Order: sequence, then C-alpha cells, then structure tokens
Amino acid sequence: MPSSAPDTVLEVKDLKVHFPVMAGAVMRRQVGSVKAVDGVSFDVRRGETLGLVGESGCGKSTTGLAILKMIDITSGEVKFEGEDISAYDRSRMRPIRRRMQMVYQDPFGSLNPRMKVSEIVGEPLEVHGMASDRAAYDARVASLLDMVGLLPDMADRYPHEFSGGQRQRIGIARALALDPALIICDEPVSALDVSIQAQVVNLFQELQERLGLTYIFIAHDLAVVRHISHRIAVMYLGRIVEIAPRGELYAKPLHPYTQALLAAIPIPDPEVEASRPQQIITGEVPSAMRPPPGCRFHTRCPQAMDVCKSADPSMRDMGGGRAVACHLYDT
Amino acid sequence: MTAPLLSVKGLSTEFRTERGIVKAVDDVSFDLAAGETLAIVGESGSGKSVTAMSLLRLIPNPPGKISAGEVVFDGQNLLTLSDEEIRAIRGNRIAMIFQEPMSSLNPSLTIGLQIAEPINLHRKTPWAAAMDMAVELLGRVRMSDATSRVKAYPHQFSGGMRQRAMIAMALACQPQLIIADEPTTALDVTVQAQILALLKEVTRAANSALILITHDLGVVARYADRVCVMYGGRIVEAGPAREIYARPRHPYTIGLMASVPRLDQEAGSRLVPIEGSPPNLANLPPGCAFAPRCRRAADLCRNHRPLLVPSAPDHLSACHFHAQLST
Repeated sequence: MPSSAPDTVLEVKDLKVHFPVMAGAVMRRQVGSVKAVDGVSFDVRRGETLGLVGESGCGKSTTGLAILKMIDITSGEVKFEGEDISAYDRSRMRPIRRRMQMVYQDPFGSLNPRMKVSEIVGEPLEVHGMASDRAAYDARVASLLDMVGLLPDMADRYPHEFSGGQRQRIGIARALALDPALIICDEPVSALDVSIQAQVVNLFQELQERLGLTYIFIAHDLAVVRHISHRIAVMYLGRIVEIAPRGELYAKPLHPYTQALLAAIPIPDPEVEASRPQQIITGEVPSAMRPPPGCRFHTRCPQAMDVCKSADPSMRDMGGGRAVACHLYDT
Repeated sequence: MTAPLLSVKGLSTEFRTERGIVKAVDDVSFDLAAGETLAIVGESGSGKSVTAMSLLRLIPNPPGKISAGEVVFDGQNLLTLSDEEIRAIRGNRIAMIFQEPMSSLNPSLTIGLQIAEPINLHRKTPWAAAMDMAVELLGRVRMSDATSRVKAYPHQFSGGMRQRAMIAMALACQPQLIIADEPTTALDVTVQAQILALLKEVTRAANSALILITHDLGVVARYADRVCVMYGGRIVEAGPAREIYARPRHPYTIGLMASVPRLDQEAGSRLVPIEGSPPNLANLPPGCAFAPRCRRAADLCRNHRPLLVPSAPDHLSACHFHAQLST
C-alpha cells in the first residue's frame, strides 16, 4: 500500500460512470451519454461514516453501485483496502464483496418473499462457504438477528410478516453476515415512517461502535445524513461540489448549492422557521445528458459570475478537511 | 366569532376488508377559518389521507364508506348533497392537489386544456377565453414561457412543473379551500421548497384556506397556522402550530419531535425513537391506540380510549395524562 494511509478503507479517484444513449431502430447508434458520475474523488477512513447527499440525478446512488462494481466504471480508480479493484471482473470481485456490502432503500423489494428470514440472512454464508455445518450456520444466523434487535424465533418467518422497520433490520443482518468492513447504505431509512427512522438510524450507529464498521450513507435528507455522518460530500449533476466535516458544513456551507440545500430544508420548529431567511433557489436540476457548460450549478446559482458560465471549477482544498468546487473561492 | 369556512364533526370512514371492518377515520372533528392553513400530520395508516378524501367524498364505495359525521362547508353539509351538487363543488369551490401529479393529470390532453376544463365546466366560460386564463394561471404559478407551455403534454414536464400545473388547475376557479395531499413528497428538496412557498403565496393572495396533509414536521413548522396530529385514525392533538411545537401535550407528538434529527441542533447525539410500529387499523387495541408504544401508558390507557379534550386554551389532547405532560 504505497500512497494510502493505513486507516483508509476506500479511495475513489476521478470516478466516471457514463451510460450510452442509443437511438435508431435498425441502425442502433450512440447519440450521447448520460454522465451519471463525472469525475468524483473521495476517500473513506476506517470506522467513519461518509454521507453522500444530493437531489435525484446527482449520481449518489450510481457512485455507490460503481464502488461495489455492480455497474461498469467508465474510467477512474476505486481502491478498497489498498487494492485497486477498478478493473476487476465478477470472479475477482467475489472475495471483495464479502468485505463490502449494501443495504437498500426498499425493505419490501429487496427481500425475497419466498425465503424465510433465516435463509435470507444466512444465504451469504452459504454462497461464500462461510458456515462449516448446520449448527454453525444456525448459531451465526441467531447472533445476526440478535445484533439487529430481532428475536430468535423470527428466523422461521417470511418477510411479509414484518413491518417496514423490521424488514430493514433483516436487510442489515444480511449485510452483516460476512463480517464486512464497509457497508454502502442507499437511502436506508427514507421509505420508513418518521417514528421508525430513528430506530434504524440508532441501530446503524450502535453497530458501527460495536463492530468498527465503515459506512457510506447515501440519502437526500440532509438532516438525517448530517446526524449519522462524520463527513459529508454534497453532489450535484455527477460531481462532488463540496466535502466537509458535518459540523462545519452546517455552520458555514461554502458552496452556493450547499447553502441552497440547507435553506430548503425546514426545521421542525415554527419559532425558528419564522426568523429564518427564506432563500429558495429557482429552477430544477438540468439533464445529466447535457449538463450546463462551465460550473454545472451556474444556471441556478444566485451568485453566478461570468467565469462560471465557461470555466468548470475544480475542487479546491480549503483546509481542515474541507474542499469546494466554486469560483467564489478562486484566488 | 364568525362561522368557520369548514366544520368537520364526528367524521368516520370505514373500509370493508377481508379481516373485517377497518375504521380508517374515527370520529374526527376540526374547524378551519377562511384563509387559514391547517396541517394534518401523521404516519402511514394514521388516516390523514382518508380524512382528506372523505371531505370531498372521494372514497371508493365499495369497499369504503363514510359512516358518520358531517362536513359543513360554508353552511352546507357536503355529506348530504346529491352527486350532482358535490360535483359542482369539486374543482370549483374546493380544489384538491395530489401527491403524484403524473397520475392525476390526463396524459393525452394538453396542460392548457386540463387547466381550462374546470373554468369552462363550472364558470361556463367559452373555451377560447378559458384557454387565455390557463396561460395567465401558468404565469401565476411562475411557469416560464407559459404561452407555449399550455400546448405541452404532461410527459414533457418535469415533476416540479407538473405540480405547478396542478396548482394552476386548482386555482382555476378561485376556490375557497385547497386540499393538498402530500403535494411535494415525490419532489426534490429544493423543488419541494419552491412548490410549498408557491402554494402558500397563492393561497394567501386569494385568501383561500389550505389543508396540507403531510408526514413532515419541518413542512408543518414552516407553513401551517394550525395542526391536527393523527394516529390510528383519530386526532390525538390539535391546536395552533406554535403552541403544539412549544408545548406538545400528547406522548406521540412529543415522541415524534424527539425522533427527528434537526439541522439546527448538535449532531451525533442519539435520537430518541418511538419504540414499536404504527398500529394495524384492523386490530386496534381497546384503549388508547398509542398505549403499546407509550412509555407512560397505565392500565387506564390500555382499557379506556381517551377523548380529545381541552388541555390548554385552544389546545386539544387525547391523552389521559395530558395535564402532566406540560414541559
């Protein structure tokens, strides 16, 4: 491991994921590409939670899938525990997948309705030959269920017998089965009722403390992301526009998009809301097929300057673990 | 005090299911004054959407049925009107905005035609004039390039633009009341803020009352004058928004507020979740529906359903121990 610090679990460098757009019924040809992820770099340290936040189409979920190599990478580098996995095929990814797991948004669609909980949670053990015999398998399943706060007698039930929050616990138990180092959580609480979200958020935090897990927490809800993450990367149209420790990001957001995102989220307190300046940005996120030239946010940016229309700002290190891609900070 | 614009009394709506009769809305009462914004807050299965649908009698029958109560709107009980009379009110004096604009717009008609239709139908305005009004309405909801956009079809619009079109349609006949059921849940955060600000602004300009159905406590805090909190088909707490947030008087409301992370508070501390899950309406406990999840629940709560009673001036609570909850 030459360049990476020993506590770095994941390094992503200039990651690009472009999807071809085809046209023509007979003569199929590529007419363009959707630049879902277009040059994203970050690293994740052991035991920390990195939040990826942004609106639909910003590329946060695609980034997660690309790290797991569940979709093809167009270019760039993904290093996991010091190993460059960017060019790995399915068979070479197999041992890596044990160490990198995913928890999905939809606790209804991501569990096979015909499988018992014990089979869902235990399947990874079988696939990777991790259980020596039946007794070891049962014991591991029981301890996984216990870890996520489910009762042992739930092992023989089917997913439909569970509530949304319990199903998400089953999905987390499955992700934990192989003792992973990194779990990518893609909107893991956004499908849950408000009163249930806190239960699952707390479970993620407890498991991290107990097992030393590293998370990438992908979500659109900045309040939840800020609560659970140590550092946060804000994405817009395939790029990271700002990355910062959570406290600083809220106390002093640097990028105008981060400022807009924070201002858009109402705080559940009428007194606070009444005195809060209501700065709402106009417009919607442009198409990722034809991102605006220059800074991608300039079409909606209240502080856009001439330079923003032509020059693409690069990520600038602001010290203290902060970086921002915005011409306002050009020197 | 003048009579409220809308007065709902003892509204109950049931659904016939395989597992028996489900009371989705059970004895719901509230008043709404002209120009006021009322938020009905609750989680899935709380009865908030069924309440909204019941007001305009949009409950599919069978399996649903409004089984009791009255909905008095501007002196008229909507529940006793003929089908023809209620149709004259829908989209005219009371308009509704739904969560998913794509499924509530007709994909084969232009946006302009769909906005002009209620104007032509209810006001007997000739089509040409109604189409001119559609352009004007699209401008009012800040749709850029309204003149050409009236000729567009819903699929050519983004989610935010469709919801703007829905608001234009709702405003078409200058309704006295707009009911918006999770109008921004499907939208991005920045677009959600735009749409809600727009909705608030246009209702204020027209002095229309607004019923906002939502699960988002932040949205309630930013936009609502008054709040009804629903749980298990009933209202468990009601009052002015500021009062409810400052001095909640029901353990469910208190629990909800403690369980959501806030951007303006220290991050990293543990949230205080509400244990358990929202109730199954087909199998509600005999006492308070929240008792199985409530830390304060006593035998009284498990056996006797608390009534919604005044707990402070202009503040109702359905908790046997409301008086001890003041914080």
